[in-house]
Amino acid sequence: MTTPARPVDGALAREFGLSAEEWDRVLGIIGRTPSLTELGIFSVMWSEHCSYKSSRVWLKTLPTEAPWVIHGPGENAGVVDIGEGLAAIFKMESHNHPSFIEPYQGAATGVGGILRDVFTMGARPVANLNALRFGSSDNPNTRRIVDGVVRGVGGYGNCVGVPTVGGEINFHPSYDGNPLVNAMTVGVARQDRIFLSAAAGIGNPVVYVGSKTGRDGIHGATMASAEFGEDADAKRPTVQVGDPFVEKLLIEACLELMATDAIVAIQDMGAAGLTSSSVEMAGKGGVGIELDLDSVPQRERGMTAYEMMLSESQERMLIVIRPDRTEQARAIFDKWELDFAVVGHLTDTGHIVVRHQGRTEADIPLAPLADQAPLYRRPVAPTPAPAPLGPLTDPVGIEGALIRLIGCADLASRAWVWNQYDSTVGGQTVRRPGGADAAVVQVDGTRLGLALTTDCTPRYVAADARTGGAQAVAEAWRNLTAVGARPLAVTDNLNFANPEKPEVMGQFADAITGMGEACRALDFPVVSGNVSLYNETRKPDGTTVGILPTPAIGGLGVLEDASRAVGLALRPDLDLVLLGRTDGALGQSLWLREVHGREDGPPPPLDLAAERRTGDFVRARIGEGTVVACHDVSDGGVLVAVAEMAMAGDVGCRLDVPPSGLAPYAFWFGEDQGRYLLAVTDGAALIEAARRANIEARLLGRSGGDGLTLPSGATISVPRLKTANEAFFPALMDR
Amino acid sequence: MKAGIVVFPGTNRERDMAIALRRAAGTEPAMLWHRDTELPALDLVVLPGGFSHGDYLRSGAMAAHAPIMSAVRDFAARGGYVLGVCNGFQILTEAEMLPGALLRNAGMRFLSQDCHLRVERDDTPFTRGWREGDVFRAPMAHGDGNYVASEEELDRLEGEGQVAFRYSRADGGLADDANPNGSARAIAGVFSADRRVCGLMPHPEDLVDPLMGGEDGKPLFDGLVESFR
Repeated sequence: MTTPARPVDGALAREFGLSAEEWDRVLGIIGRTPSLTELGIFSVMWSEHCSYKSSRVWLKTLPTEAPWVIHGPGENAGVVDIGEGLAAIFKMESHNHPSFIEPYQGAATGVGGILRDVFTMGARPVANLNALRFGSSDNPNTRRIVDGVVRGVGGYGNCVGVPTVGGEINFHPSYDGNPLVNAMTVGVARQDRIFLSAAAGIGNPVVYVGSKTGRDGIHGATMASAEFGEDADAKRPTVQVGDPFVEKLLIEACLELMATDAIVAIQDMGAAGLTSSSVEMAGKGGVGIELDLDSVPQRERGMTAYEMMLSESQERMLIVIRPDRTEQARAIFDKWELDFAVVGHLTDTGHIVVRHQGRTEADIPLAPLADQAPLYRRPVAPTPAPAPLGPLTDPVGIEGALIRLIGCADLASRAWVWNQYDSTVGGQTVRRPGGADAAVVQVDGTRLGLALTTDCTPRYVAADARTGGAQAVAEAWRNLTAVGARPLAVTDNLNFANPEKPEVMGQFADAITGMGEACRALDFPVVSGNVSLYNETRKPDGTTVGILPTPAIGGLGVLEDASRAVGLALRPDLDLVLLGRTDGALGQSLWLREVHGREDGPPPPLDLAAERRTGDFVRARIGEGTVVACHDVSDGGVLVAVAEMAMAGDVGCRLDVPPSGLAPYAFWFGEDQGRYLLAVTDGAALIEAARRANIEARLLGRSGGDGLTLPSGATISVPRLKTANEAFFPALMDR
Repeated sequence: MKAGIVVFPGTNRERDMAIALRRAAGTEPAMLWHRDTELPALDLVVLPGGFSHGDYLRSGAMAAHAPIMSAVRDFAARGGYVLGVCNGFQILTEAEMLPGALLRNAGMRFLSQDCHLRVERDDTPFTRGWREGDVFRAPMAHGDGNYVASEEELDRLEGEGQVAFRYSRADGGLADDANPNGSARAIAGVFSADRRVCGLMPHPEDLVDPLMGGEDGKPLFDGLVESFR
């Protein structure tokens, strides 16, 4: 696969993913026929994955600023002020295409890549999360992919010693050929020790550290910028291989070096490896860079310049260093038994020049490489408005529907997955997976708690992308609020199908519009993110299947005192109060899907003003210490939320009758937004306070006993709920 | 108590261990590097959890031959106390400072969950914070925790009181469903013959603070501090 022995021409450029117009632009910039290495550099830098050429015009519309934002999009990760002179640094990134081809390595290197994006800025990683989407549980391939992805996420995260504290999983046939693996890392740094990537200082040495360069992952970024056909297996060589042990050493060595004043700029070698790191560092700094590939630590013999520039070998970093600190830095990497090599220096030419074995293999002006990168405002077609649901029936009753829902693929217990992820390493995990709406991790040496969540409801986005995009942001905000945290900012991971299709681009544009509206209404800016397009598979008959639009949101919030965080486990002898308005919205609900086999109707509407009012009220109650447990109402509606609280606490609840005017199934299973369940000692006082704040509130029941007692008098025991809830994953995976 | 924590390349629970030791002893443990050949004056050496050398050969196999291990062996021979947790336990068995071996979990998957441990004897510095038969909760996080030894060896360990902890139900009863990794005779931790070396797979150091879910692991560290007062 490696170096094509062919003339460089428009046809080869096409194979490298460049359009005819883009090829012409390359010729214009270079002024001659480019070398193979130069073509490789252009093709990866201008790939969708690296250039965001289809998405940039829309991404620019998202709000990215707030008083607490230190660095928004544009750096390796977003940086926010969490108080006490500290910053949280975080980002989420996709590794979808590799994870279909090779689930274990795809997922593992996804975790490794996002960790590097965070510690390259000077942060010690303190938590990992993920957002995973798999095909239908009936598809025989799904089991293999789930197994590989879960082992890969765990295999990498467990070894590097960063706790995996949260995440979400959905199953849907639209992901059969395109599973989504979105990995998020959160780190903590001192605000005065944050490292950026803009190179500076003509003549300063450029240092390569970490693993040796091999032939793995060549053209991974290009692969990630095209749809899959039947030849997906042939793309296996484009998948990288991860080594979490080396990553662990790299974290420690980099943090040790970062405690000195040796570093001028630093960036990890992620997608497009040595190419993107050198081009971006020099480009941001407005300087030139010259690389001598003979000095690059190599794992294999006889590698060409093309291969080295495009390799995506993992666990590597590029550092611009103060010349007088080079030996001090070398000693640190020697101690950690990692390669350390001066591979070049900064120049005043404004060009990237690549030399290998006495020859100049590339000489490209950096400014036009960046400034003339393609930018497309692709045609958009609106998503047709979903038809209303029409009259519904209640074929299985409340009890039957509850048991079916809590056992379904999207609501079943995820313990089988979480139990393969080390969630406690570090000794700071206050709320583990499943214990609260958001994970909570204490910041070592302080009382601060970071609340973390990942959220998206793709079926809502498919039905109405603007509402669905807003809902993903609102749900993340709600989950942070439900543990008592102040939501600060989000990272987004926008997974969509082929952007050259106007209906897909329409979904993208509408989802961004909705996200932006929610971010503004909730003061919850976007500080980092990633776009993954072409999540689409061509079938043998020539038709294509695209994924449900999945703009996954990673949310981060802060608690001034981590011990104030509340979980969702119900306790006995408490009033259970429902906050927020209930209209019985069943369009796109899980009840509709699981009971009626229908995936239609409009998603539940959002009222962002009410969302904010209700959330601010809930956070204040948690802050004053009057809330014993809190859970937001989301997939499956109120009764599922009550059941989840009951299962978490091994405590039952006697439930009140729904209000007249709503069918019982609509009340219990409607997915109206902006709602929370609070368990408190004095429900009447809470309801009174809520009403004064113009928030709808009603007493839902009183906790106690060992079962959920419905208004009909029927009781469903908590053990029966748990049996139904815990069956799905073992049945799918351990059969 | 003067404690030292050995850091190998790939060790990742040294900070957790330091937090637990600091909370119990009120003093900062020393961090020791795997290439060191001498130990400072210490009461206790701890080999913490992680993936030393990536666990690429066998878990703990490479670390067992690290330069510092000669010093640790001499330290134990001269009467010092050594605790190994998780990867540290694996290293101690690979170094033959503890009997038995740790194989891949019976279910062939990494397991990260709370388990219950029953204390098998309470007359050692490692276990004096409990009473014999006490049950405590501890997080486990390992892929290779399935304890094995020959039948004769297991009989001998039991006969000579070298079993430190067993996986049990919350009420102390032994059962297959309470032995998550399939360890022989539900053994979760063992002592050396002189009971100066102790290794266990689960992580008491991650449960020493009510904020993190409980203080079940604290008696281990309190007992050690008492012993060296």
